[in-house]
Amino acid sequence: MSDLTCEFLNLKLRNPIVLASGILGTSADVLERVARAGAGAVTAKSCGPAPRAGHPNPVAVEWDHGLLNAIGLSNPGAEEEARMLVEARARLEPLGVPLIASIFAGTVAEFGDVARVIAAARPHLIEVNISCPNVADEFGTPFAALCESAAAVTEMVKCAVGDIPISVKLAPNVPNIGRIAAAAVEAGADAITAINTMPGMVIDAEAGRPVLSNRVGGISGPALKPIALRCVYEIARSVRVPIIGTGGVTTGRDAAEMLMAGATAVGVGSAVWTRGVAALGDIAAELAAFMAQEGYRTLGALRGVAL
Amino acid sequence: MHQTFTITEIRTENYRTKTFIFDRSLPGAQPGQYVMAWLPDVGEKPFSIAGNAPLALMVVAVGPFSEALHRLRVGERVWVRGPLGQGFALHGAHHLLVGGGYGVAPLLFLARTALAAGHSVEVCIGARTAEDVLLAEAFMSTDSTDFNGLREEKKSDTVALTTRTSTDSTDFNGLREKKSVSSVQSVDKLLITTEDGTLGEQGLVTRAVEAAIAARRPDCVYACGPAPMLTALARLCQAHSLPHQFSWEAHLRCGLGICGSCELDTQTRQAANMPAGWLVCKDGPVRIMIHDS
Repeated sequence: MSDLTCEFLNLKLRNPIVLASGILGTSADVLERVARAGAGAVTAKSCGPAPRAGHPNPVAVEWDHGLLNAIGLSNPGAEEEARMLVEARARLEPLGVPLIASIFAGTVAEFGDVARVIAAARPHLIEVNISCPNVADEFGTPFAALCESAAAVTEMVKCAVGDIPISVKLAPNVPNIGRIAAAAVEAGADAITAINTMPGMVIDAEAGRPVLSNRVGGISGPALKPIALRCVYEIARSVRVPIIGTGGVTTGRDAAEMLMAGATAVGVGSAVWTRGVAALGDIAAELAAFMAQEGYRTLGALRGVAL
Repeated sequence: MHQTFTITEIRTENYRTKTFIFDRSLPGAQPGQYVMAWLPDVGEKPFSIAGNAPLALMVVAVGPFSEALHRLRVGERVWVRGPLGQGFALHGAHHLLVGGGYGVAPLLFLARTALAAGHSVEVCIGARTAEDVLLAEAFMSTDSTDFNGLREEKKSDTVALTTRTSTDSTDFNGLREKKSVSSVQSVDKLLITTEDGTLGEQGLVTRAVEAAIAARRPDCVYACGPAPMLTALARLCQAHSLPHQFSWEAHLRCGLGICGSCELDTQTRQAANMPAGWLVCKDGPVRIMIHDS
């Protein structure tokens, strides 16, 4: 078998498969379950400054080529999330699985506040979600849309978290994602997570209505993969920091493609819908089998070969 | 994606409960699975499948969405996503079904499935008071499309139930002798308990379950109802080393096993000996506990 060990910043992952933010990740129990299912690292669901119930149902719907969701950033607020993260980290450490926290906020200053609270829980990495497509009405244009706002948030969070590395999560629906990534890295991002879901809509023809209560949502699953590959590829050509390539990865072969586009680690989310929690470990095993078959001995040999 | 189903019949079960019968079956639906029912501009909620020949959903009016469903009429449409989740899996050939309150809905579908396979089925229904006892007639009915047993030819079979004056659960046992020959059999025994004694035996359903187990040990116990009932039954089944399959309730959102909203609270989970991180919407709603002994 090939070696799946993954060096990511100062972290050593047993494999590059990372539970993406927003999928499960709501409790220490669930994070531990995903870790035991074989994930290399796990990301908690995004938390903001205050508790949010999220959107009313329907919040998710499956369609021909993936999912559309607008959960609405439901979360217990940073204080409660920090307590959960402390417990989750204690459970994950014996398993050797790093914990990634995820934060969002409505203003640059709030990003700093949330980051400080979360940093106190000592996650191994903090992901900065500047790209949730489902809360635009309350928070205006996503921070991920402009170099200036992406940089401002990055700088604020970087100042707030001390020595904990941060990864900035970018949106696919921007004219030049490489430039946004460069702006974030320039402002202090240690890594980039790409991508968040792609804004979309599913209309039920009989109902004559969008299905989701939020009307629009984020497209994920197989339909997102070519978009994610293009974004990761452009980011990898633009910056030198490690990338968590996320979007539509359902099989080990998909994960290999993401690494070939320049990712160092691979986020897995919607595959949990089709393949269950076992997806994380199964995709890692499939990746190892693919690498062995194709003669790649290490992840380093695979990374960026398509660039 | 949602499929549209047209309501062909609406049956009033009690003061706040209606069963909606639709125009066709839901492909692949198993007893214990659920659907997400969507009304555009109103919302989407989960409902156990109460029958699938054709699709039937029992709806208790407890909030704005279920009240909106109750306002629908025959000929109107409901959008359905599913079947979702893990259902019951028949284990053995003699089954004890335990329903608390409106938890009877998935058990009716299970009973019909087991009876069609030639198995024997006993049912215990527990409720607060007589008018909260749901689907009792349907369990005794021999017509697989019959949800309330009020059809003319069934009246003699169900008199003991429909009069609802009896305080003796053995009245219902007597129905077994009277059941007519039909493609679908009636359940072997129906025991009803109410907390105030207005129908059947007074007390909690667990007492009837104890009696049923003592009289004839089932191969498996299947239950759906409030969490305290299920945790009590879990202890009972563990004490008797009985395989059991319980259907749990939680706040379901995505129904796809991704949003993480539907974990059971820690106390309930531990009381029922359930695994940590268990997701009601996809791992469940039915948790199958069959130990080799």
